[in-house]
Amino acid sequence: MASSATVGDLVSQPYKYGFVTDIETEKIAKGLSEDVVRLISAKKQEPAFLLDFRLRSYRQWLQMEEPDWASLGHPPIDYQEIIYYAAPKQQEKKASLDEVDPKLLETFEKLGIPLSEQKRLSNVAVDAVFDSVSIATTYREKLAEHGVIFCSISEAVKDHADLIEKYLGTVVPGNDNYFAALNSAVFSDGSFVFIPKGVECPMELSTYFRINSGDTGQFERTLIVAEEGASVSYLEGCTAPMFDTNQLHAAVVELVALDDASIKYSTVQNWYAGDENGKGGIYNFVTKRGQCRGDRSHISWTQVETGSAITWKYPSCVLQGADSVGEFYSVALTNNRQQADTGTKMIHVGPRTRSTIVSKGISAGHSSNSYRGLVQLGPKAVGARNYSQCDSMLIGDQAAANTYPYIRSQQPEARIEHEASTCRISADQLFYLQSRGIAFEEAVSMMVSGFCRDVFNQLPMEFAAEADKLLALKLEGSVG
Amino acid sequence: MIRPDAPVLLEIRDLTARVEDQPILKGVSLTIRAGEIHAVMGRNGSGKSTLSKVLAGHPAYTVTGGSVRYMGDDLLTLEPELRARAGLFLGFQYPVEIPGVSNLEFLRVATNARRAGKGEEELDTFAFEDLVRERLQVVQMDPAFLERSVNEGFSGGEKKRNEILQMALLEPLVAVLDETDSGLDIDALRIVAGGVNHLAGPDNATLLITHYQRLLDVITPDYVHVMAAGRILRTGGKELALELEERGYDWVDAELAALERTPAEVG
Repeated sequence: MASSATVGDLVSQPYKYGFVTDIETEKIAKGLSEDVVRLISAKKQEPAFLLDFRLRSYRQWLQMEEPDWASLGHPPIDYQEIIYYAAPKQQEKKASLDEVDPKLLETFEKLGIPLSEQKRLSNVAVDAVFDSVSIATTYREKLAEHGVIFCSISEAVKDHADLIEKYLGTVVPGNDNYFAALNSAVFSDGSFVFIPKGVECPMELSTYFRINSGDTGQFERTLIVAEEGASVSYLEGCTAPMFDTNQLHAAVVELVALDDASIKYSTVQNWYAGDENGKGGIYNFVTKRGQCRGDRSHISWTQVETGSAITWKYPSCVLQGADSVGEFYSVALTNNRQQADTGTKMIHVGPRTRSTIVSKGISAGHSSNSYRGLVQLGPKAVGARNYSQCDSMLIGDQAAANTYPYIRSQQPEARIEHEASTCRISADQLFYLQSRGIAFEEAVSMMVSGFCRDVFNQLPMEFAAEADKLLALKLEGSVG
Repeated sequence: MIRPDAPVLLEIRDLTARVEDQPILKGVSLTIRAGEIHAVMGRNGSGKSTLSKVLAGHPAYTVTGGSVRYMGDDLLTLEPELRARAGLFLGFQYPVEIPGVSNLEFLRVATNARRAGKGEEELDTFAFEDLVRERLQVVQMDPAFLERSVNEGFSGGEKKRNEILQMALLEPLVAVLDETDSGLDIDALRIVAGGVNHLAGPDNATLLITHYQRLLDVITPDYVHVMAAGRILRTGGKELALELEERGYDWVDAELAALERTPAEVG
């Protein structure tokens, strides 16, 4: 009746970030070979250790098989059809933002990430990555006063080679898995964060990834190191234009927390998800892992996954230090033909380590949404504890939700709790809210935010409201 | 309170409606003026609950004919939320549970939507707290229920009290209460009915939909309508309800049979 017309209108809600920036781009030829790996390394004027790392990873990748255990389906990816390096044409990274191509600044402004001095977000430092390169990082000087390093990985390779050599690939080794190996061979850019001993990072750090070119893969690499007693909160955001071909995004994120250090890593992911028939969209095959290397260290992942045609992603914590804490808070939303297989791994190595997993999956349309999580307690993880809660919400009757919890414990006395639930937004619930004067879309959004509240509470304040809106936008028209 | 000169709030004319392919309402006419309390009685399946859902705009019901004017405007073209904002209230027979949505927040959003409909200013959280605490007394409800999710884990009686609390907050012009007495013990019935009586005034109207006389022992209707097979068969004063109580619904069947033989002569 009345509301079905609204549903029709809302289904066609376009993806707002689907525009393409018309800018001259330097690209290398399609395809992957040892020469391409060498070329990327040469373009970035990298030291020998890094070229070695890339080549080792590439050779191992050649021996590996693409994983097929996830609840995902896609046509085979032709790795020779991908461009592995694309950069907007401009010489050298600019010292000042005034020299950056205004088209690029405009692009980020359109995405809601103003970079210029006057307009930039207060209290959030942003590293803006466009295709394969970082184009600007704000508030660098202010951060430097505190000894905090926040720059692109390429710059870090030049200016802080010792730190890169010391930490890169130590959490996610070059041969960790198929996509991590590919990334290690060809990674282009990404962010580097270093918080020295005892420093509490004075502002939120954020990297914003933008894929612009149509046939380019994006392989960024992020490395965050918090030394003893240091703490940082970092946020990653992503969008891409709408193309009707699929694009590969295979990132690697490594976090290292030393004694008493704390890293909070939040992601609001809004890649282009493909159209309602599943044409186009990003394949998001990402390896994210944090290592609580020090005692009493703390790593917390919060993710809001709304985009991508396919998501394959398991932000994990290796809890090595005694009394270290790992957390994973996730909202994964799939609509139309999207597929997500996401979750976490909590590897308890040290004694009295604790982990918390809160996963909220929302499936609408014909999508499929799987939670896959591993909780592993090793022989030394005496007194370790885990609490997991996995809830699924189904919208409509064509969507699927699965939960695959794996528990491997070598601690007979360990406390591992797992709770799971599934619910559905029903037409009757919506009508109930409507009959109290609450508009259809607001009713959906109320129910979804209620469902996600435990996770949104973990997001940095500036972004929690944003995430709420994003979900509402993505879901509009999916109920009825 | 019957005042022949009171303004007409709701005017239903020859209303027909179906759910899926099943015709349920087969020509209902009913006029409700300000200050009046109407009771629609009938057996299960007589169409009385459908009437309430159609008035509120439930998407599962399709109106196939007739008209409903609310305050002079065409009600049927309005989205359910706009009907609510304009002051039409449906008290549900089975209020749904909405996990994760706080009852307090829900009540506040709903109250502000209604206030917007009346052209009144939005209440902030503090002003709303004051209001809700005052209105809780109408149904003698424990404030603890505000902190829970909407209807989640509420008993049948608590859900009905929550309905009347919403009515107290939304201050409707026409309240349609669908089987508000079902599933209530005698104490809860008295509290709920007390709330309805308290809220009934010269400027609003109440449409009670009920199966049993017992609700009408505590809320005195001005009009009683007997519904069967999707039509109002007979209209009378409160004594009609007593007659139904005494004689049961069997005579309704006889009348219905007569009606079906000579449809043109009745109604």
